[in-house]
Amino acid sequence: MKTTSSLDRRNFIRLSGLTGAALALGFRSFASDEVAEPVLYNMETVSESFGVTPFVIIDKTGLITIMNPKPEMGQGTFQSVPSLIAEELEVAIDKVIIKQTGGEAAYGQQTAGGSSSVRTGYMQLRKTGAAAREMLITAASQIWQVPVTECYAENAMVIHKPSGKKLGYGELVETASKLPVPQSPVLKKAEDFKILGKSVDRPDIPLKVSGKAIFGIDADVPGMVYASVERCPVFGSKLVSYDDKGALAVKGVLQVIKSERVYGKNKYEGIAVIADNYWSALQGRKALKIVWDYQGFDTFNSKAYEQSLRDQSKEEGLVAHSVGDFDKAYVETGHKLEAFYETPMVSHSPMEPMNCTVQWHDANTVEVWVSTQGPAIIKREISQTQGIAPENIKVNVLFNGGGFGRRLAGDFANEAAGIAKVVGKPVKVIWTREDDTQMGPFRPMTYSAMKGALSPDGKVVAFQHKVISPSIGATQNAKYDKTKVDKTMVEGISEQKYEFPNMKNAFVLSETHIPLAPWRSVTSSTLAFAHECFIDELAIQAKKDPLAFRLELMSKESDARKVLLKIKEFSKWDQPLPKGWGRGVAQYEFFAGLAAHVVEVSRQANGSVKVEKVYCVIDLGTVVNPDNVKAQVEGAVVMGITAAVKDGIIFEKGKSVQTNFQNNKMLRINEMPKVEVLILADGGPVIKGVGEPGLPPVAPALANAVFAATGKRIRRLPMDLTKLI
Amino acid sequence: MANITLTVNGKVHSIDVDPQMPLLWAIRDVIGLKGTKFGCGIAQCGACTVHLEGTPIRSCSFPVAGAAGKKITTIEGLSEKIDSAVQRAWIEQQVPQCGYCQSGQIMSAAALLKSKPNPTDADIDAAMAGNICRCGTYQRVKKAIHRAAELAK
Ligand code: FES
Ligand code: FES
Repeated sequence: MKTTSSLDRRNFIRLSGLTGAALALGFRSFASDEVAEPVLYNMETVSESFGVTPFVIIDKTGLITIMNPKPEMGQGTFQSVPSLIAEELEVAIDKVIIKQTGGEAAYGQQTAGGSSSVRTGYMQLRKTGAAAREMLITAASQIWQVPVTECYAENAMVIHKPSGKKLGYGELVETASKLPVPQSPVLKKAEDFKILGKSVDRPDIPLKVSGKAIFGIDADVPGMVYASVERCPVFGSKLVSYDDKGALAVKGVLQVIKSERVYGKNKYEGIAVIADNYWSALQGRKALKIVWDYQGFDTFNSKAYEQSLRDQSKEEGLVAHSVGDFDKAYVETGHKLEAFYETPMVSHSPMEPMNCTVQWHDANTVEVWVSTQGPAIIKREISQTQGIAPENIKVNVLFNGGGFGRRLAGDFANEAAGIAKVVGKPVKVIWTREDDTQMGPFRPMTYSAMKGALSPDGKVVAFQHKVISPSIGATQNAKYDKTKVDKTMVEGISEQKYEFPNMKNAFVLSETHIPLAPWRSVTSSTLAFAHECFIDELAIQAKKDPLAFRLELMSKESDARKVLLKIKEFSKWDQPLPKGWGRGVAQYEFFAGLAAHVVEVSRQANGSVKVEKVYCVIDLGTVVNPDNVKAQVEGAVVMGITAAVKDGIIFEKGKSVQTNFQNNKMLRINEMPKVEVLILADGGPVIKGVGEPGLPPVAPALANAVFAATGKRIRRLPMDLTKLI
Repeated sequence: MANITLTVNGKVHSIDVDPQMPLLWAIRDVIGLKGTKFGCGIAQCGACTVHLEGTPIRSCSFPVAGAAGKKITTIEGLSEKIDSAVQRAWIEQQVPQCGYCQSGQIMSAAALLKSKPNPTDADIDAAMAGNICRCGTYQRVKKAIHRAAELAK
């Protein structure tokens, strides 16, 4: 592919940082479901062409650059993804330059989400590193005129074993870049790994302890001005009029303009105050006088909406999954149990509020600096909203100060692009925490109508999980098909390894105008609560130990059974706890992976319940960085507890009551339980995700522990741990 | 607008800003040190923590005029023995995830260790409860503070 765009050319030279000969390897397509062949790129022509995907570039000075297609948001992709290449290339991860790709089409899917980053690149990236290594070794053997088999690579050098002669990679690139690319390079054996499977220090951490890491909010573009946008917290409102006199009178305020934020099928109007510093923009924004037409949406409130979900639970809904004949078995079985579970909407609240910096270079080319989980998403949205070609949009992906699904959306970027276009200067739009909390999108609430029937000997004969909820897809997509089960909203409930002879899972759609989005572990984050607490209720009814009961329900060999057996041993499930303590177990398996937790809680003298300890077993198959996996699970536990015991988002008069951390509270260090994580990595062929699976079991294991300690069954989140006894 | 003299990390800056502007924005946008972060703007999260004459303050809720003529230290200015012990311990324990809250965590921890060289878990809870970490690094923060106390000896 040849392109004449000057922007592309300039970018690529900057990206590669070199002009002369180099070894640059990649592949033609980076799709998640195929292992592409490594391809060599001649760096002389790379600068002329943008249709290439070098993932590793070694220049004559020995400088090694590895492109990281997966944005870093705390989940460790800045280390884990480049490590796949570095391992095969025989170079230490702290000796390479890591660069983020910017959504260029040729780099394929570059979204960090669904706990997929390592999984999607695992074979491709290793193959690329291995091909480069083989070419460098061959080059050295040619230079030395010795058999290839006498040479090996180590520490970015090729070594001739018999003589001990060495050549650095930089000295080999000229020769290597003229060799054919091995199409089936030999991958290293797991026992020879130096990086993969090891707790290697993350290269971003020194930057993050010294204030040097650059996040989206830190972007510094010469001539940049700042913007703060007033949007109506009542979703669905229309702008009637505004008076900007007061705002313009604030020193530092330059301009006040209308703006538009596009989120899925929804457009939200705003008034953007532009100033030469952010503080002035905020002051100007406070001085705005705006008249909104709420269009009746100011009557929306959570109480009524929640009741509508309860009312809808009587509907049959769409059948998501059916085994045997649930209706018949349920009617015919004597011992029945029904329960209704409720979870709230919650905010993502990454610590870095949404922000985006945009500069229009000319009427058709734009450059963006942003914290995002998906640069290609940013490109697509700016392209669609601004009517310019994606290849004329350059996205600089900076460190994400948290993502959790919020940064999978492009709303804050498409809005900023529109603002910068009018302003005609580089503009940095920063959301306040209040904007971030109130404007959504939110994690959807899910309500679950559970039914179960037990035989006299305590076997589950019939089981039903009916989900009643709004849908992420319906709020985003105008073409949403209401006649089909929304797979995202019933995530995981039919894939647990419990064997029920009769089961019927269903979905009832509730319509809402509130913008929704996936949140870390998506719908599993709420459905696991209902599913795994109800299993516990059945176990109690059957007078069985909850963990033994689960194992009985999983008679066949499965990863889930293996994980349950492991958590039993790891948490010392059979050993007695101190007086006043209780423990609960939960497991959940979904698209991102599989984990099981045991939570221990204690009754406190003041009548509250304290979360003491959380044991976690995560099943991975293959692990890239064990310490980082532990960190991710520790983080998932904190996020899971926060969602279970802190504030949900509540609507009154059409808007979120929660505004900032004083009323949308987060777990703090003094509430932190001890967390112990065990990783199951038996090297199996399936690589499972890391970032999300640690989350869904948290709330149910906690609620089950609360039941064990207090006899109180929690069926609605958030639960208030201070008022349980 | 007024001319305000700020001493940040030993360097004197004379800036012309609204005296009510929070110190945070003066540090970030006027002086250009971006290590100090904005998280909430209402003294709830600690991301903006800096030292004013050695005491940790939330710079988002502290008018710049109040810092005039005083010694301000930001994450970029940490250098003393205790400070580097904290940073080394943070790397050793691989504390940060996204890292956004970590400047604030480290500034709070460094101040704690200066007043209490051997903090207990309870001391740590009390001193660090104002710093939210949405990524959930608390267990490591606690371990790293204990480790920093050892390293600083
Ligand atoms: S930004 Fe200052 S405490 Fe949150
Ligand atoms: S490391 Fe991400 S908020 Fe603390």
